[in-house]
Amino acid sequence: MTIVLETQNLEKQFGGLRVTRDLSLKIEQGARHALIGPNGAGKTTVINQLTGVLKPNSGRILLEGHDITDLPVHKRVLRGLSRTFQINQLYPDLTPLETIGLAVSERLGHGGDWWRRMGTRNDVNGEIADLLTRFHLLDVMNEQTVTLPYGKQRLLEIAVAIAAKPRVLLLDEPAAGVPESERHDILAVVAALPRDVTVLLIEHDMDLVFSFADRISVLVSGALLTEGPPEQVARDPQVKAVYLGEEAVNV
Amino acid sequence: MNAASDVGHHAQRQARWHYGEIAFWLIVLACGFAFPTRYLIMTDILRLALFTMSLDLILGYAGIVSLGHAAFFGVGAYAAGLLALHGIINEPVLALIAAGLAAMVLGFATSFLVIRGVDLTRLMVTLGIALLLEALAERFSNITGGTDGLQGIEMQPIFGQIPFDMFGKAGFFYSLAVLFLLFLFARRVVHSPFGLSLRAIKNNPLRAAAIGIPVNRRLIAIYTLAAFYAGIAGALFTQTTAIASLDVFAFERSADLMLVLVIGGTGYLYGGLIGAVVFRMLQEFFSTITPQYWQFWIGLVLVLIVLIGRQRLHRWVLYVPNLVIKQIAGRKAVVAVPESDA
Repeated sequence: MTIVLETQNLEKQFGGLRVTRDLSLKIEQGARHALIGPNGAGKTTVINQLTGVLKPNSGRILLEGHDITDLPVHKRVLRGLSRTFQINQLYPDLTPLETIGLAVSERLGHGGDWWRRMGTRNDVNGEIADLLTRFHLLDVMNEQTVTLPYGKQRLLEIAVAIAAKPRVLLLDEPAAGVPESERHDILAVVAALPRDVTVLLIEHDMDLVFSFADRISVLVSGALLTEGPPEQVARDPQVKAVYLGEEAVNV
Repeated sequence: MNAASDVGHHAQRQARWHYGEIAFWLIVLACGFAFPTRYLIMTDILRLALFTMSLDLILGYAGIVSLGHAAFFGVGAYAAGLLALHGIINEPVLALIAAGLAAMVLGFATSFLVIRGVDLTRLMVTLGIALLLEALAERFSNITGGTDGLQGIEMQPIFGQIPFDMFGKAGFFYSLAVLFLLFLFARRVVHSPFGLSLRAIKNNPLRAAAIGIPVNRRLIAIYTLAAFYAGIAGALFTQTTAIASLDVFAFERSADLMLVLVIGGTGYLYGGLIGAVVFRMLQEFFSTITPQYWQFWIGLVLVLIVLIGRQRLHRWVLYVPNLVIKQIAGRKAVVAVPESDA
């Protein structure tokens, strides 16, 4: 199997606090890989280093074999590494149409185009229409994002990440805060992601993790505790002790 | 209609000309013929409108606050003055462009300081740069004329054909043409993917970077363009008044500019134009009834605007026009006032 995303001895400190400790992860092409761990384990810090929001103190990050440790955020996106946020990061004043249109334009290299009007490129329009349909946003495409129900905003959050046509997609708690009635839409969308997109999922919801992931890495205090297929991780006594507690896990 | 062309149609919705916009420009043009005795104040409003549009580009669209936008206005003003005074470029339109470019160079150079940091840092940096330039202009009085300003500027005819007359008629139509052309350009830019990306950056820079937008490069580009606009406004000032003095850099000029934009509304280009008209008319009105304390009333109006909320004001003011338009053009047509920061 080819490794598509890899960290080598990643190390991040905030002052004296080591939040990422000598972390080496390998994520295979097409994998559904979950990164789990108790609160404060440093999961989001890892995501922020992978995407370039934070710079690691030492160690390397490789995307498809290329060292991207020093690349700024937007260049990693253009190389095919895209993410969703745990708390929605959208444009409150923009519409879903504009939000997705912008992401598609940037990917196709039209983002810096300052003369041609938005909406005059057929290839961009086609992709926007396709994404709006897939994510059930067509009927609200002209509403301001801030006025949308939370579930729709969550769908838009994922749609924007997909619009970048990532080869690796980082999902940071995709179903967080979504009411039960709208949860199904989100899970269906996540499950329907094409297999050529590699997914790294960060999640608290164990049902979701064990139904979705084919490989699980457990992070504790910034270090890798164990890694393996779901059945193995679920049986691991160490994992039960630090993370799952007394809760029984049915696989 | 299939989904893709539907999307294209909606994406271009804001870029299409509304009837209200065409009416707006026709009224402005009509003013030039209707009030032949008021050319000076009307030209002043046009300059202010252009200057405010410049601030709107960075503040209303990209979210860059500035308390020192007069820096570019001043550089444009002095550049135009010096070019004319020393006969370097005699033709006003060429001199205007050259002055705008001079301000643009300064804008590009200082953009690197401005894009760093948060709002407060930006306020201080922009303020500092304007103060710095004002002090420099005073220090090098052999070039700038110091506190006396540049004197004895004589403007040559526009394109060698149209001389500036003492009533300010040529100056008015010249300024109007420049404002309109630059407005068309700005309108085009803000409705492009580039313009949309600026609004995205203003809304959420974190997400903007996360979809592949090179945030800093975009901010540098718009700041540089806005500096060009402000420089042109400053050059128009010198060309139509034949003076350039230190107060082109004054802090009050930058601060007033913020007031004008807030009165008119940010983020839809017309805010600067409407704000300039309202601001100058209020100024005229209040200074006739109370010459000493007009600023008190301007301040009061500003507080009211912010408290009531501009969207509600627009709805009240446009109530009757919309009623008429609905009668003529059908239920859905209204004078749209897109308000990105309401």
